[in-house]
Amino acid sequence: MFIVDREQNPRLFNRAARTSARATILRASGLPAPGVAGSAIGETARTIRAWLGNTGGQRPERSGLPLPPSVENGIEVRSVQVRHGQHVTLEGVNGRFAAGSLTAVVGPNGAGKSTLLNVLSGLTRPNRGEVICPARGRNRLAYLQQQTEFDRDFPVTVAELVGLGLWRSFGAFRTPPNIIADRVAEAIGAVGLLDQIHRRIGELSVGQMRRAFFARLLLLDAEVMLLDEPFAAVDVRTRDALLALMARWHEEGRTIVAVVHEFDQVRAHFPSALLLARSPIAWGDTRTVLTDDNLAKAVSVP
Amino acid sequence: MTPSVYALLIGPFEGFSFMRIALVACLALALSNGPLGVLLLLRRMALDGDVLSHAVMPGAALGFVFSMHSLTALSLGGLASGTVVAGLTGLLGRSRPARHDAGLVAFYLVALALGVTLVAILGSNVDIVRVLFGTVLAIDVRALLQIAIVSSLTMLLLAMFYRPMAVDSFDPIFLRMVGGHGMRSLFIVLVLFNLVVSFQAFGTLLAIGPMLLPAAAARCWTNRPGLMMTLATAIGILSSYAGLLLSYHRNLPSGPAIVMAAGGLYGASLLVSATANLIRTRTKGNDR
Repeated sequence: MFIVDREQNPRLFNRAARTSARATILRASGLPAPGVAGSAIGETARTIRAWLGNTGGQRPERSGLPLPPSVENGIEVRSVQVRHGQHVTLEGVNGRFAAGSLTAVVGPNGAGKSTLLNVLSGLTRPNRGEVICPARGRNRLAYLQQQTEFDRDFPVTVAELVGLGLWRSFGAFRTPPNIIADRVAEAIGAVGLLDQIHRRIGELSVGQMRRAFFARLLLLDAEVMLLDEPFAAVDVRTRDALLALMARWHEEGRTIVAVVHEFDQVRAHFPSALLLARSPIAWGDTRTVLTDDNLAKAVSVP
Repeated sequence: MTPSVYALLIGPFEGFSFMRIALVACLALALSNGPLGVLLLLRRMALDGDVLSHAVMPGAALGFVFSMHSLTALSLGGLASGTVVAGLTGLLGRSRPARHDAGLVAFYLVALALGVTLVAILGSNVDIVRVLFGTVLAIDVRALLQIAIVSSLTMLLLAMFYRPMAVDSFDPIFLRMVGGHGMRSLFIVLVLFNLVVSFQAFGTLLAIGPMLLPAAAARCWTNRPGLMMTLATAIGILSSYAGLLLSYHRNLPSGPAIVMAAGGLYGASLLVSATANLIRTRTKGNDR
């Protein structure tokens, strides 16, 4: 519709017409035209070939993503408090998610875990305190929500959804470069959804949907990733696949904060943990956080 | 072409300039209404559109009556009251969905009541009918120019902002995270402007019709947004033409005739797609 589905015939002509029209306008205004002008049809043909070549099912060795720059990309939280009316959902959160750390946020229902992620992402402004996250200012923060405003009925395909992950390479206005189709197919292959690539997202199951979102994250190349219950309600195979992807992002030096419910998962895969019950009970090395004492304390908070 | 067919389909527009202007105005509106209506439906904002079309009324009514039926005053008044209500619904949008609905309906009713009261106090019964249902055939060249400008600008802006606007329709949080802003507001402003210029033609009660009905009909035929927009525009053009002919030959009010034609096409589309679905499930059942 708006980025990847170039192999569909009618649009080929539209796109060619649009590209050359834009080139004309640019030439008239004395600005350099984008390189694609005039060769849009040949380019499309190449893209189709790239698509076909890549939907054969081979898994890519690595994503080819550049590592995030080694600038300070952690998150600092300073005495954050969030209220909903009279009810305090989060208070006294004070600390930092170090650059490149992989932290699990655990805690009972209603402990403010999702609220914390909302605050970190900037969607919720805290009533008190502040969050300092340079990656956010650079639009390099990715947020996978649990309950989202995402509309599954909107007619987009898996390829289009995942292709949005390359947003920084085309933005709101530029023509997507023609390597995009390869990389989208690669990312979709990496989450095992190649056979669904042209299906509409409304037809996917919960697990497949989660895989598609992970494929988009794979391309998004974010410095900070906030994941709200990324492994809930998916089967074991999907969970393991997604955990492996997350481990890879950790290796690549990205800062990851994930809400997780299963303590075994946290112990096995997350070096750091934050135990939350409206305010932090413990925060740091997972082994020192997930102790029986601390867990008992977390449950006893009214 | 035999003379009778000619007289039926083309004669009215050749013979009368007001028919020609009305046709061109409706075609221009159909061009921008097609994509706007599709986005309105896909964003599940049909009700918001309806509210906006009524929100135009109090201001337009004031402008209409106070300034001797001047087009500029009507448009400015409509824009002003539309903007106020759009701002208020924007505030509502942050609360829960259920309250959002109730609030929208409240705005819609109050705006309508206020508008009718204003016209009744300041004008005549004829004015009320004109404000509620519009007068397609009374459009003059200046109004046509206004429609053409708004329609052209709408299409240019939609083409420019199509990608972020489409993403904002189904994944607004993602768009925010990659740094996109203001798409919802831009969209509402475009809808508002189109409703204001439609106001004179279709009135406050029908202005949303030529926007929503063709889009709803188009959605019966395809799932691809781009194609849906093209189809909606085509259906809008067809219903404008058919409606104007109907109103000419049967001496019906023109605005309602156009909306009825669009409604007829919507009904036919629903029927065809429902039948097609039925046949598809049947044959699938037989395969098993």
